[in-house]
Amino acid sequence: MTGSSAPANGTKPKQYSYYPGCAIKGTGIAYEESLLEVYRLLGVAWQELTDWSCCGAQAYMTVDAGQSCMLSARNLRIAYQSGSHDIVAPCSACYLALRKCKDYVERYPRMREVVGDFMPASDLQAIANVRVRHALDMLYVDIGPSAFRARATRPWPGGKVACYYGCQAVRPYSEVDRDGNPMRMDELLEAVGVPVAQWPLKTKCCGSSHTGTLHEVGVRMGYLLLKEAVRRGAEAVITICPLCQFNLDVYQKDMTRSTGESFDIPILFLPQALGWALGADHRALGLHRGISGAETLRRWFAGPREGASDG
Amino acid sequence: MRRDARDKLSEDAGPVPVQSRPAIRRELKLQREADGAWLGKFADLPGCERIASCTQCGACSAACPLSIYMDVTPRRLMALVRSGFRSEALKSRSIWLCTSCYACVAACPQKISVADLMFALKREAIETRVYPKRFAVPVLSDEFMNMVRTRGRSSDFWLAARMTLRSSPAALFGMAAIGWRLWRAGRLRLSMEGIHLLAEFQRASLARKDAA
Repeated sequence: MTGSSAPANGTKPKQYSYYPGCAIKGTGIAYEESLLEVYRLLGVAWQELTDWSCCGAQAYMTVDAGQSCMLSARNLRIAYQSGSHDIVAPCSACYLALRKCKDYVERYPRMREVVGDFMPASDLQAIANVRVRHALDMLYVDIGPSAFRARATRPWPGGKVACYYGCQAVRPYSEVDRDGNPMRMDELLEAVGVPVAQWPLKTKCCGSSHTGTLHEVGVRMGYLLLKEAVRRGAEAVITICPLCQFNLDVYQKDMTRSTGESFDIPILFLPQALGWALGADHRALGLHRGISGAETLRRWFAGPREGASDG
Repeated sequence: MRRDARDKLSEDAGPVPVQSRPAIRRELKLQREADGAWLGKFADLPGCERIASCTQCGACSAACPLSIYMDVTPRRLMALVRSGFRSEALKSRSIWLCTSCYACVAACPQKISVADLMFALKREAIETRVYPKRFAVPVLSDEFMNMVRTRGRSSDFWLAARMTLRSSPAALFGMAAIGWRLWRAGRLRLSMEGIHLLAEFQRASLARKDAA
């Protein structure tokens, strides 16, 4: 898949290597739909990484650190060979795995040796030139709040939102934003007229895969986040990671069951909110794919006529 | 809440919380079990080179969002590892509770990557099979890795199904409701893609295995 637009001034526009990752092709599909729709509306040129593989995420790291690193090195090499040296990863876990791989190869001779079993030294050198970008980093730095402000055509139909950055986008490689109180997502949303709630849990863990393994522990982590967000007046939570979105969106009924407190609020991806401001269609942004807060989503985005449609 | 969660967890995870043992007995046991050479294993582990410089300040335990569920908090785990109490460290449930959110890493004034130490302990626990049978966390890692090794990518749906089948088959029924809602929202992908250039990766993996 590729996307591009006619450059306005005749120069060749910068092309990004788009690395979706596994989650975005499945449960996080709305993230991909909305991000690519925003790219289309803004004329950002991108190219999906050919034959990309798993990033070697934390579950892999748990069993074999070397192989996990090899998988990321493989993806970085594909990006280098494609000529588009900025690799955009919307998933925070993918972003971290790619950054970690680069860091390991640059700083640790032992890891260089392990990855060296898999690719020649020249390729190892080459991947140092690939720049790993999180989708938020790319949207904020390369496009920026003022460009979004200038292009925004549609007012926000809903209430306040809480910006949830999650863990691995800002730690331990905090190039995306600062770890303490990240603001880039807040700034982008405020630029397009979305009211943002003050919320101190921006980078607290969502429970990760514990929602599937140690269910009550995982669900409670999400519960703590939502409880505070609601208390601070947020009517929706905006995320930048498919796992964060999944945990907060899918398990609200479980939270209600275990605590007796009722939760039913929409959990969106950042480009869904930005795309709405740019005038995109609600289906093109995947806004019909939410599990929780479905009623709110329809009221805000679908309009009365489309209200009856479903999945 | 805290007590309940621990009781439930100990059913899942097996080992008894360290705190419930008499303190004096624990000390004698630990001194016998100390393995002085063990710490050397972490010397060239990325992120853990400075493990000996831990000042036991407790910033990691304070930052950890899961420490309230842990039998051994991250700070105590650092102390156990540093002193070579291998079996105590590997048997703790704490290593399986870590979600690698890196809050400890950001908080550590000595720049020790506690999260990477957790990964290393998990790997050693898996290698030496020091974890309860049917415990879902390592089962998930195992299934994930098998899937990626053979296909190159993972599938949310098949991963969840296979993990649940191996760890607690009865829970599959509970998952059906969630599965149905995801399916209706167009978020479940049942087909599994394989990648083309996987062979090179598999060859390298096997070569490493033979060498090890």
